[in-house]
Order: sequence, then structure tokens, then C-alpha cells
Amino acid sequence: MNQPDTGSEHLGTVELRIPSKPEWVAVARLAVAAIANRLPFSVEEIEDLKLAIAEACTICIQQAGGSESIDITCEAATTHLRVEVRDHRYREGAEASKRPPVVAVEGEGLGIFLIQALMDTLDYSVDPHLGTELLMTKRVGA
Amino acid sequence: MDIKVHVRESEDDAYVVELGGEIDVYTSPKVKDAITELIDQGHYNLVINLEKVRYIDSTGLGVLIGGLKRVREHGGTVNLVCTNPQIKKIFDITGLVKIFGIFDDEAGAKKALA
Repeated sequence: MNQPDTGSEHLGTVELRIPSKPEWVAVARLAVAAIANRLPFSVEEIEDLKLAIAEACTICIQQAGGSESIDITCEAATTHLRVEVRDHRYREGAEASKRPPVVAVEGEGLGIFLIQALMDTLDYSVDPHLGTELLMTKRVGA
Repeated sequence: MDIKVHVRESEDDAYVVELGGEIDVYTSPKVKDAITELIDQGHYNLVINLEKVRYIDSTGLGVLIGGLKRVREHGGTVNLVCTNPQIKKIFDITGLVKIFGIFDDEAGAKKALA
């Protein structure tokens, strides 16, 4: 993964936990937009961030791993916003064999594609035992 | 979070699905139900009006793609009306501009169905 700009100053970290349910994705989207508003992002860049974070949450939900919550951690800096989205499937001793099957949906795969297109960096892993984790960065004015 | 779905028959035998609000993982099933119902009734030429849509994600795009695939099996098509630059950008990024007919107004979208 490309590292964010080295000369940047850390402004703060915001952590949010939402239930792993579709009706809560909008909350994550709006919260990240509010955080991004604290940085000098353009309106278009904030819209990109909103969509990318929502896609990340949707991926966690669609993997249907049984995690009850999704953690979103936003690290704001003067030059960028770094966002980690992760769930906690089977992290606490649940059996992998209980994992429900992934349901194929139209457009599946578009989510990752969109995040890659809208953000400057993306690292992600989808593990049936450990859960889903996406780490992404958007630079100001990039 | 809100989604408004309004289906109406236009004078030229096409059906218009007018959407408003936000289409995401929570609301897209409602959009899918409306499109599926029309197709199940035998309507294969659809205009989906996204002018009042403020936000769409990959699940919303998936519903539109699914609808297009189904109507094409019957020789039909789906044309979209979209003027929101942010939503147009999503169609551009994903290459869906090459799959859907995308128009600035409903009249153009309906005319292109004929």
C-alpha cells in the first residue's frame, strides 16, 4: 500500500461501531462525510468518500459472516483521511463451518472496483475465519 | 434514509419507474421488487428515471443490471434518465455508460425505446 504523505499532521481519530445490518450503512456514510468536512476536501471528494465507506460496509454485510457489528476507524490528517472498516467474524471462537454461504448478487465485485476507483489506496482481506477488513486512504486534492 | 418508487405507464406503451432518494444496500430491494414486478407482468421496455436520486451504490447498480439482463432476454431494454453529475460519474467509472442508454430527459429515453 502507498503510504500517506509524510509531512502531514495528525488531527484526530474517530471510531464508530454500527450494527452489521443494511439499515445502518447510511449512518456510517453520513458520519464519514461529517469527518471529511473537517478537512479541506472538495464536495466531490466527500461524495467519493461516502460511497467508498458505504461500499466497504456493504461488503462486510454481504459476506454474511455473522458478525454483529462493523467497526469504522477514521484517522484524519491535514493531507488525507485514512479509514479502516472491519468486522469481527469468528474472531472470538465461532466455528468457520457455521459460516452462511455467500449469496451471489448482481453487481457483486463492483463494490471493490468502486472503492479502488474512488480512493487513493486500498488494502483489503476477506477471511472466512477472521472477517473482512478494508483499509483505505483518500488524499486531499489528489 | 428514504427511497421513493413510482411506476407509471407512459402513452407510448413503455413503463417509467421514477426513483427518488438514496439507493443503497438497504433500499435497493424495494427498487428491485418494482422492476421485477413490471418484468413479471410482461413489460420489457422500461425507462428508469434517476433524476431525483441523490445517491446510488453498487447494490443499486446491481439491481439495474439485473433488470436490464432480464428484459434483454425478451428483446426489451432499459433506458435511464440521469442528470446528477455524481451519479453519472459512477456509471462512467463502472463502464455502465456503455451498457445502458443514459439520457438527460425522459422524452429522449422513451423515444430511444421505440
